Amino acid sequence: MTERTNSKSNYSRRDALRMLAIGGAAGLIAPNLLGKPAFAQNPPASPTGRVVVGFSQEPTVFNPLMPHTECDDAVHFSVFDALVRMDPKGVLQPNLVVEVPSQKNGGISEDGLVWRIRLRDDVRWHDGQPFTAEDVKFTLELITNPKFRAWRTAGHSLVRDIKVVSPTELTWRMEEAFAPYLSFLAETFMVPKHILEKEADPNAAAFNQAPVGTGAFKWAQRIAGDHIELVANTDYAGEGPYLERLVFKYIPDMTVLYTQFKSGDIDLVDQAFITADNYAEAGTLPDRVVMLERGASVESIYLNLEKPQFKDPAVRQALYAAIDRKAILEGLYYGVHNPTETFMPQNSYYYNPNLPAQEFNIERASQILDEAGWVPGSDGIRVKDGVRLSFANSTTSGNHLREQTQQFLQQTFAEIGVEMTISNLPAAVMWGDFWLKSQFESAISGVTNVIAGDPDATNRLHTKAIVAKGGKGSNTGQYSNPEVDALLDKGTRTFDREERRAIYLRVQEIVRQDLPFLPLFAYANVFGRKAGLEGFEANSNTRVASWHAAGWHWKA
Amino acid sequence: MRGFLLNRLSQSLILLLIVSVIGFVVLNLLPGGPLAQFGLDPGMTQDDLDRLKEQLGLNRPLWMQYLDWAWRLLQGDWGHSFRDGAPVLSVIGRHLFATLLLMGTSTAIAIAIGTWIGIRGATHRYSLFDHLATVGAMVALSIPTFWFGLVGIYIFSLKLGWVPAGNMYTIGDGSVLNYLHHLILPSLVLSLVHVAIWSRYMRTSTLDAISQDFVKTARAKGLTERRVIMKHVVGNALLPMITLAGVQLPSILTGALVTETVFTWPGMGRLFLDSLGYSDYPVVMGLLMFSAILVILGNLIADIAVAIVDPRIRLG
Repeated sequence: MTERTNSKSNYSRRDALRMLAIGGAAGLIAPNLLGKPAFAQNPPASPTGRVVVGFSQEPTVFNPLMPHTECDDAVHFSVFDALVRMDPKGVLQPNLVVEVPSQKNGGISEDGLVWRIRLRDDVRWHDGQPFTAEDVKFTLELITNPKFRAWRTAGHSLVRDIKVVSPTELTWRMEEAFAPYLSFLAETFMVPKHILEKEADPNAAAFNQAPVGTGAFKWAQRIAGDHIELVANTDYAGEGPYLERLVFKYIPDMTVLYTQFKSGDIDLVDQAFITADNYAEAGTLPDRVVMLERGASVESIYLNLEKPQFKDPAVRQALYAAIDRKAILEGLYYGVHNPTETFMPQNSYYYNPNLPAQEFNIERASQILDEAGWVPGSDGIRVKDGVRLSFANSTTSGNHLREQTQQFLQQTFAEIGVEMTISNLPAAVMWGDFWLKSQFESAISGVTNVIAGDPDATNRLHTKAIVAKGGKGSNTGQYSNPEVDALLDKGTRTFDREERRAIYLRVQEIVRQDLPFLPLFAYANVFGRKAGLEGFEANSNTRVASWHAAGWHWKA
Repeated sequence: MRGFLLNRLSQSLILLLIVSVIGFVVLNLLPGGPLAQFGLDPGMTQDDLDRLKEQLGLNRPLWMQYLDWAWRLLQGDWGHSFRDGAPVLSVIGRHLFATLLLMGTSTAIAIAIGTWIGIRGATHRYSLFDHLATVGAMVALSIPTFWFGLVGIYIFSLKLGWVPAGNMYTIGDGSVLNYLHHLILPSLVLSLVHVAIWSRYMRTSTLDAISQDFVKTARAKGLTERRVIMKHVVGNALLPMITLAGVQLPSILTGALVTETVFTWPGMGRLFLDSLGYSDYPVVMGLLMFSAILVILGNLIADIAVAIVDPRIRLG
């Protein structure tokens, strides 16, 4: 953890950044050195105090099974529970279950098709009703109910024949073996059957505006456009809660969000976090703890591989060699993020650290193109077989750091005879069909490839996930490699952690070699909170900092 | 008067129809749409998005979507928000109080101060006060409100600590005093531009009234200057301001986009920006219709008020 309370330092910005980077790295290692979760430190005997968490987006969806965005997760994690929980180290922990089902303990059959779930018997809904296997059955069936406006159905659509064996036990059959499902369940919050089954239309249920869960906090009230207030569930079956009240405050403007962190109106900055340009200053604020934590998202230049310019692997290699990542990371992103060679989050168990490191080398880039037969035309832009080495690059308009990155890339690419034009679009347009149906030529995007820490990247890399070719998924760059397909298929059928690791290390090797997208950096998030707020732990396997508010408390 | 009203009402309905068609078409023609926000979600497949599109009725032809929406609207059903599933009217209602509080206060301040500056400027034409008022109004009108907002927060909140940096109230303290404390800075900042507008209009209007014959008559009768201004000038000068108030009415209820964002004020302006960002069509359309109705109502009320106050208009 990087605690900065010295406001009188005379360091230059460069010195400060260097020190903060070292401190940030220590922050990544420190929790592991401690050996036990931070939230075990001297919590109060009964829930006391209040924490105000700041968001730049407003949480509005409180039925956790309906389509929602990251910020809604904070409410879901606090009000509801899932069967299992992904801890910060990427290990699944029991939440509503007695033990995490596995092939070893018999919870999952050898062929991966039959699942048996055993539940805790001491869990109650916020209205006092007991939580039972009927609720789990109801939840899983609701997700695939065609009338219900469910969020993603991947994995759930394979579940068949759910049988309630007893109030604390149920079984189901999977249509095919699907190892990532266990991780998917970590993001599947249970909803109460006794409330929702009475609703004629679950999409319009009163529950969706005033949810009832089994979580550490109970719903109190929402002031639309402003904040959501939760109160401690003193009957919570798990650890905590130690806070009497938990408030999620909505502050849309990033500058104002940071100002309110400075002024003390908010105690912790959640999703959207503190922006990179404020990182150095935030570290100097008195009574604030600022930490740099690795995230799950990777910023890359996505190439539409069906465009003739990008079909030639030499072009992709040359472009990659012509990217001055160091300059981009240090000059534009204040040294906050980390270089990476893969799509896998860097603190994942499945991360491959042995991939060849990208090297910025303009001469080498030119040489690769020369050797591949791309010859400069009359205007200096290279041509091969009638194809000009020219393409448009798109991203969200208004994202000034990405726009600066584009301008920077445009210049270096021009040096090797490649023309890159910039064509940015508003977010609602950019990430719609333009992105999903591969209508772009190249795009800069921060993409999270894994769900709740599971390494399966079928949705982004498998040939069957190319929507533009009739597939189901979001392989928007249209990457297709039979070997990767086979490995990904094998990965989803394999339950053993070690075996899976070998598979995904190999997938990363091939992808690094093929370069369907050019990784720029792995995101690091700048977490900020008031000193004295204890029990906070970052978890890159979740999308929000408030994934475990149950463990938070103020220092006595 | 009845014919006048009927005429105005029928014009208003046609106007609303045009606004709704244009709004609906333009909004729906934008590529992307409400589901684009899930485009980068890990695990979200095109199948899921297609299913949601069908469930929300977004895959039907545009004219069918419009007719369905308009038919429901006529029956009093403004639809449900795509984002949180709540009825549009309740979504609007939830944000209305915050906007009314902020805009109402700032408008009241603006009218009181603006009118006074305008009258004083006109009665002391080309004095130092008048020049200062003119320059001040130009500055207030030229500089964007968010700049005043940010500077205000920097000086009065962060540096001096006199007023809160934003929010409508401190969470956990719902007292009237707390609301008032939070109201000071945003309402003053927001009233700046309105003071400028009101003072300019009022100055012109007062100058017009001063040059009228009845003022000369009043002076000739030997009334004191103060009585002339208060009794004869101000009353007549305020008449054109009713129209201005009518035009300003919608903004009192629809909020200020930027100011609400800078001051973290949970009002209608921010709701509009948010809903637009998420392509929450039902709410955007709801807000569009709401403000269109207010504009029409505001003008109508102003016309009626003027007609009541000034019989010449009614007869003409």
